[in-house]
Amino acid sequence: MAKKIVAAVIGAAVMGIGAQAAQADTLSDVKAKGFVQCGVNGSNLAGFGAQDSAGNWSGLDVDLCKAVAAAVFGDATKVKYTPLSAKDRFPALQSGEIDMLARNTTWSTSRDSQLGFDFRAVNYYDGQGFMVKKELGVKSALELSGASICVQSGTTTELNLADYFRANNMDFKPVVFEAQDEADAAYNAGRCDAYTTDASGLYSIRLKMANPDDHMVLPEIISKEPLGPAVRQNDSKWLDVVSWSHYAMVAAEEFGINQENVEEMKKSANPDIKRFLGEEADSTLGADLGLPKDWAVQIVKAVGNYGDSFERNVGQGSPLKIDRGLNALWTKGGLQYAPPIR
Amino acid sequence: MAIADARTGSGDPPKVSLLYNPALRSYVYQIVTIVVIAWVIWYAWHNASQNLARANMTAGFGFLNSRAGFDVAQSLIAYSSDSTYFRALQVGLINTLVVSAAGIVTATIVGLLVGIGRLSQNWLIARLCTVYVEIFRNIPPLLVIFFWYLGVLALLPSIRTIFQHLEENPDAVFFISNRGIYMPAPVFGEGFGYVLTAFAIGIVAAIAFAIWANARQRATGKRPPVLMVSLGLIVLMPVVVFLFAGMPLSLDYAIPGSFNMRGGMSIGPEFLALFLALSLYTASFIAEIVRAGIRGVAKGQTEASYALGLRPGQTTRLVVLPQALRIIIPPLTSQYLNLIKNSSLAVAVGYADLVAVGGTILNQAGKAIEIIAIWMLVYVSISLVTSLFMNWFNAKMALVER
Repeated sequence: MAKKIVAAVIGAAVMGIGAQAAQADTLSDVKAKGFVQCGVNGSNLAGFGAQDSAGNWSGLDVDLCKAVAAAVFGDATKVKYTPLSAKDRFPALQSGEIDMLARNTTWSTSRDSQLGFDFRAVNYYDGQGFMVKKELGVKSALELSGASICVQSGTTTELNLADYFRANNMDFKPVVFEAQDEADAAYNAGRCDAYTTDASGLYSIRLKMANPDDHMVLPEIISKEPLGPAVRQNDSKWLDVVSWSHYAMVAAEEFGINQENVEEMKKSANPDIKRFLGEEADSTLGADLGLPKDWAVQIVKAVGNYGDSFERNVGQGSPLKIDRGLNALWTKGGLQYAPPIR
Repeated sequence: MAIADARTGSGDPPKVSLLYNPALRSYVYQIVTIVVIAWVIWYAWHNASQNLARANMTAGFGFLNSRAGFDVAQSLIAYSSDSTYFRALQVGLINTLVVSAAGIVTATIVGLLVGIGRLSQNWLIARLCTVYVEIFRNIPPLLVIFFWYLGVLALLPSIRTIFQHLEENPDAVFFISNRGIYMPAPVFGEGFGYVLTAFAIGIVAAIAFAIWANARQRATGKRPPVLMVSLGLIVLMPVVVFLFAGMPLSLDYAIPGSFNMRGGMSIGPEFLALFLALSLYTASFIAEIVRAGIRGVAKGQTEASYALGLRPGQTTRLVVLPQALRIIIPPLTSQYLNLIKNSSLAVAVGYADLVAVGGTILNQAGKAIEIIAIWMLVYVSISLVTSLFMNWFNAKMALVER
């Protein structure tokens, strides 16, 4: 791991010569090399970024990588994935090793400023929770005083954990691992009483346990974790492409457009839908983003709308069976909301 | 004289083209080398700062005074999430030093025993030592760490089992669980300072007695009982003082808390796994170095020593070992340095060493270049200090030519 960071830093320090254009323009670079280099979860986080035995990637974050590739190239397979640990992900993006980071990464002020990234779209509204063994008889996170808690280093989770226990005048013994797999194994072996990470991650990790029914997720959500794609700062063209790729998925759900009916919907009389699908005469929407006219059609064809992607990866169509909750459309009481596409 | 005269007699030195002037050449090469090195350093620095500026990131070590915000599992000094990044790095450094020091001492003792054991006349001991060396020497240290952490320590009884065991045996004081080893912690009462003072005086007195004993042996040929007197001074005297001071020492027992044992003293499995792996891994190399050192002393030395009437123990201590040490110490230094550097594998099992803590800071503060600079500086410093000490020791042990 440390080696990877060192390599990335040396890359940042020495190899940055190639990218010394005055204004960073990742979109042109991506078009020139013909694929999107996407940083994803390297610990097989089912539902967000995981690789099957045949080497195919899937997950909500992976769908976003595919959507961006579909928007730029009209071909969702033009993605190369870089599996990253929580610790390696930021140097990898800073150094230019990857073009975008879609690795269940929380949008926070310091990451937006100090670390030199830009966030805009949120593809999963999450919150931090705790998982415990049922046999402990714990019913609330507030009963965890004195417990050993497994946590991954270099995450907002680690900071929230310290703050939560401090705020509630409780103490705990952190057991900190760099890789999620090691934390999983340690929790499974009884090294810790509780495991903490984003609630979505807890459901995913619970499935990995020897006997998932022995474990339960506690009701408390102790933080806000808006997870979204990150790109390097000062590259608004690329930020636009990545953000609007997500918004296009959300807008498609709002319009009721999915993989099956997208061709049909092109004939729709609704001017919003026509504009969205690039059927409006003389529309420059796609071109202004630096994308083909039918970019939104390509995204929907590749990964479907946001709701489809959600259900397929983490919702009812997946083993995780997570409810839409905060991630429902704004019209259905959730927070997923696409700005007007016009 | 004649030759010199003949040379100077001809007047000016023979004319050589500037191109072949050795003095000038060496200057040119050195200047070119310095310019190239300076350019590389300047270029790396310039490029890094430009890239950082382009990413709107700042460089510098000011961030070390910011609040860390994360907790560290193992800390020997006061630390909380309100402490600074700098404090967190200190915690990591101390943890690195502790595991390195413990590892070096244990590896040296085990290595010495196994190295001598391989030369044993006893077939079983020699073969066992050979097997040990060949196993640990040929497995990567990271796997040895995982072996201890996941293969041994994780399989120990759970903390719940310990709680149950305590209910059945309320008098138990020492526990081994998959959360670590628990034992009573000593609590020093008033007056324990006298005991420590007695101990310190005992050591000084024992050294003084040994020096006097050597002088007396040289003068009279009789050797005073150094071992017995030293033991009396170092062990018996503090014990007597301890008894007279009213035994100012109590024990703080580990008792079951809500989730973990409370009180007492505990050693976590992360430390144990790393410590055992580093010690046993490095010991296998040290064993070979010791064996080579002993083999390197000519057999004639032993025979000559016996011929002079020295007993086998004295022969080893006074003749073989001093000469073997001269062969052993230089490669031993390298093994110590390797052990210190290998301690950075701590990150694999979550032991909060300098690299693990630094990695967390690197990630939270986004200061990759600064943190890596600190890592390199610290490891270079520790290694250089170790080398300096070992070089001093080596010089002391070197053959004094008379």
